[in-house]
Amino acid sequence: MSEGEGARFITKQTLDTSHKAILYLEDLNVSFDGFKAINNLTLYIDTGELRCIIGPNGAGKTTMMDIITGKTKPDSGQAWFGQTLDLLKMTEPEIANAGIGRKFQKPTVFESHTVAENLELAMHGNKSVWYSLRAKLNGEQKYLIDETLRTIGLSDHYHRPAGALSHGQKQWLEIGMLLVQKPHLLLVDEPVAGMTHQEMDKTAELLVSLAGERSVVVVEHDMEFVRSIADKVTVLHQGSVLAEGSMDEVQNDPRVIEVYLGE
Amino acid sequence: MLLTLLRNDRGGQIMLGVLALVIIAVPILNLVVPQGNPLHVPTYLVTLMGKYLTYALLAVTVDLVWGYLGILSLGHGAFFALGGYAMGMYLMRQIGDRGVYGNPELPDFMVFLNWKELPWFWAGFDMFWFALLMVIVVPAILAFVFGWLAFRSRVTGVYLSIMTQALTYALLLAFFRNEMGFGGNNGLTDFKDMLGFSLQADGTRIALFVASGIALALGYLICRYIINSKLGRVIVAIRDAESRTRFVGYKVENYKVWVFTVSAILAGIAGALYVPQVGIINPGEFSPLNSIEIVIWVAIGGRATLYGAVLGAILVNYSKTLFTGLMPESWLFMLGALFVLVTLYLPKGLAGLVNQLKTHTVSKKVTA
Repeated sequence: MSEGEGARFITKQTLDTSHKAILYLEDLNVSFDGFKAINNLTLYIDTGELRCIIGPNGAGKTTMMDIITGKTKPDSGQAWFGQTLDLLKMTEPEIANAGIGRKFQKPTVFESHTVAENLELAMHGNKSVWYSLRAKLNGEQKYLIDETLRTIGLSDHYHRPAGALSHGQKQWLEIGMLLVQKPHLLLVDEPVAGMTHQEMDKTAELLVSLAGERSVVVVEHDMEFVRSIADKVTVLHQGSVLAEGSMDEVQNDPRVIEVYLGE
Repeated sequence: MLLTLLRNDRGGQIMLGVLALVIIAVPILNLVVPQGNPLHVPTYLVTLMGKYLTYALLAVTVDLVWGYLGILSLGHGAFFALGGYAMGMYLMRQIGDRGVYGNPELPDFMVFLNWKELPWFWAGFDMFWFALLMVIVVPAILAFVFGWLAFRSRVTGVYLSIMTQALTYALLLAFFRNEMGFGGNNGLTDFKDMLGFSLQADGTRIALFVASGIALALGYLICRYIINSKLGRVIVAIRDAESRTRFVGYKVENYKVWVFTVSAILAGIAGALYVPQVGIINPGEFSPLNSIEIVIWVAIGGRATLYGAVLGAILVNYSKTLFTGLMPESWLFMLGALFVLVTLYLPKGLAGLVNQLKTHTVSKKVTA
């Protein structure tokens, strides 16, 4: 086998989570103009886990997401997806196709497409240009779209432009777009910002049902919401992990109280 | 196939229907109906309409990249001009020894510059098929290389528009130089015939007119096919939320380069049909102003509709012909005013106005 083929073989390698953890972040450092956004951050996420990450503004939550999805490259440190995939060497689309899905803080759906088309675009599969020119939805894919719409409760909005949905519905559609990507790891950034109480309950239910089959990482400000879904909580502060544990443990940690909850 | 392609495209159906009618009627009215008959269409008018049709195709290509992909190209005139030059070079070689200097091998301007032999890049242009190939290949290569460099470095928005403008301006300056070997500021002209048919003959003019109409129809259908496909939905997604599209797993750069290149190829074909009809190609076609005008046609006609681009190109150019005849100095001011008015009051252009009126009457009917 020539060298070129060997290199391609490595990038094509699939996710290996035989050591339980799906995401390894080790000694990460990022600074922007001298400001240390991420400071020796080390964090592991297990397969099937639902993890909540909390922390005050500027704690580095979004920057951490940016590193995992390939948007920001760290100054130093390691980021691995399973045992085999080095996230720091992959581009955004490669990371997405390897199985990491991200939901943004501000809901960003494709506004001029219909709800179903949004799911079509997000669906896992061949995403090359020439393939897309000829691609047609097959029965299995149509079924997946119908199923997902049922899961996120938007079956009645199949043909509606996504731009016409309410704020909460857009958030769910975005979660739906993550689901059809069939990711192994879901990164969810502030899913309940701006939601009503009913919408929040529904979102909590949705996120809990998603974990298990895949790993879910939720970044959230709303403590009540975090309490309602989390098994394990990580507190970030000034770019590194301050505390980790169950919600009760974390809430009683004096350091956490000092920087965050005690305010 | 055709029907499914145009299923939700009312404007396209009407536009192509009218186009088909014109392509059939005009040759009859020109060749069969005798001169003096009020229905006779004089040949100069046929050529003028043929020119408009090539402009319309050019506008469609700009609408594809601007309206659907969100790239405001202020340099599409460059691809049009390159296609035109490739065709012009063929027509130049067809002159043979009928030029002023009677040199069977060299075009007049080369004899004038005291060149002894044909430059290497003129080789092959005596063959029609080779010229046609270059009409496609040259704009495609330029668009591919430019797009590959620009999109890979993630240049977007205004910066990209300025770069496209700089591209066409650089070509303008280059083609002005005599040493480039494309006739300097006079460009290529004095064409005699094409495939053995005299360019002055009515029959040839009609054939070029019909070819322009068919090219417009095919170009339109190709763009419509692209937009109706999943690829079309991806590029609209790129237009609306580029980084989101990337996180969903699409290689945005590849899509942009692909669409930009297809658009440049069609623009080159439009240019190749334009040149034999107007009888000249010179560096003025690379002028940045030309490229900006194309954008204005599309804006006036209505972005992201395709047929709006056709409508805009034909209406604006018809007005141009009319008003530069009546009041030559006022045209640029009128074009400017038209652009401002459309931007302010018709953000979706004339096509948007039609849709607005339609929904208005429909809602009236519903309430009544």
